Amino acid sequence: MTSNRKAFLTVMMSAVLALSGFAVYVAAQSAEPKEKVIRISAKKFNYTPGEVQLKKGVPVILEFKTMDVVMGFNLPDFNVRADMVPGKTTRLRLVPDKTGTFVFLCDVFCGTGHEEMNGKLVVSD
Amino acid sequence: MTNAIDRRQFLKLAGLGGVVFASGLPGVTLAAGQDDFYFVQLSDTHWGFEGPPNPDAKVTLKKAVAAVNGLDRQPDFIVFTGDLTHTTDNPVERRKRLSEFKQIVSELKVKTVRFMPGEHDASLDNGKAFQEFFGATHYTFDHKGVHFIVLDNVSDPRASIGDDQLAWLASDLKQQKTDAPIVVFTHRPLFDLYPQWDWATRDGAKAVELLMPYTNVTVFYGHIHQEHHHMTGHIAHHAAKGLMFPLPEAGKAPTRAPLPWNPAEPYKGLGFRGVDTDARTAECKLIEFPVVKA
Repeated sequence: MTSNRKAFLTVMMSAVLALSGFAVYVAAQSAEPKEKVIRISAKKFNYTPGEVQLKKGVPVILEFKTMDVVMGFNLPDFNVRADMVPGKTTRLRLVPDKTGTFVFLCDVFCGTGHEEMNGKLVVSD
Repeated sequence: MTNAIDRRQFLKLAGLGGVVFASGLPGVTLAAGQDDFYFVQLSDTHWGFEGPPNPDAKVTLKKAVAAVNGLDRQPDFIVFTGDLTHTTDNPVERRKRLSEFKQIVSELKVKTVRFMPGEHDASLDNGKAFQEFFGATHYTFDHKGVHFIVLDNVSDPRASIGDDQLAWLASDLKQQKTDAPIVVFTHRPLFDLYPQWDWATRDGAKAVELLMPYTNVTVFYGHIHQEHHHMTGHIAHHAAKGLMFPLPEAGKAPTRAPLPWNPAEPYKGLGFRGVDTDARTAECKLIEFPVVKA
């Protein structure tokens, strides 16, 4: 195989990958800032972890999964919320702009233990 | 003996102007004027609940029914503002509780009774079981010139009224004059009372916005198991006590867990409400009643 033919095949493969969305995916991944990912899973009727420690002003990605039914994650003091749907991963970016201890809770009625389903976000300097 | 007082005397006793929050006037009734009528609000009966916050759970609702039946002045109608039953993941048990609740409240002497669901009744099946027993979850009715609107903010487990119901509300309101007396019944607060405890309706602000052009609107709700009074602009929102266990004041406890039962003061924090309504303005005078007289 000549070097010209190798170059041609390389260009063609790149084009195919780009059309299939792969290149777009890579670009999106590489464009994301390298922020800490906090994984939070929900299962009737608890979050794991139940307490999340963050630093003020340091952005993080909160990544949610539910292990059984549709749940919610609501952090009213920061005006952020997300639906947690079985089989899907949900992410949201949070930059804590104040210190303290804040409640997060499930805001999608999910069963008999729903009202006890909450956790704590602790933000320190 | 009935200690009837006329409306003017009542206003003088309870405080003039605005909304009157008169608590516990046992034996005192209001003489009905031509422009007045009277209804009773019961809320959060949580039939089926078992646990230390109410060791008397199996008879509390029955005592409340007896207390309403014993009022000197019987209401024109009675409304239950949701959480008729305590939630259960079992659909068969849910229907059993709804059925038992319906049977118990059938003992009310006043037969015009309006129902709406709370999230404990409706959020796990989008209101299906509730509708089998009590029909529609949102509707309107009129009584002596006052327009009543029942809003459902619980059949969607996300605590939303939803665009379809909001469109229905907008359409209904368009038929009303801006000074029409309007009373809204709902389960959750339509404003953000304390979202940290889920004391809110996700799209409640949209309903309030639709109501805002109307000058005589009052909202009655439940959900928080305690008296609470709040204004959004000129619209008054009144939460009722519950009839199974009281909850702490917003943010005054680490969690929204029920307050403990006090054997020295059984039924403390539980009760129901009488509402004396001016049919011309929907101005409401509230009278709070205990489940059992001290």
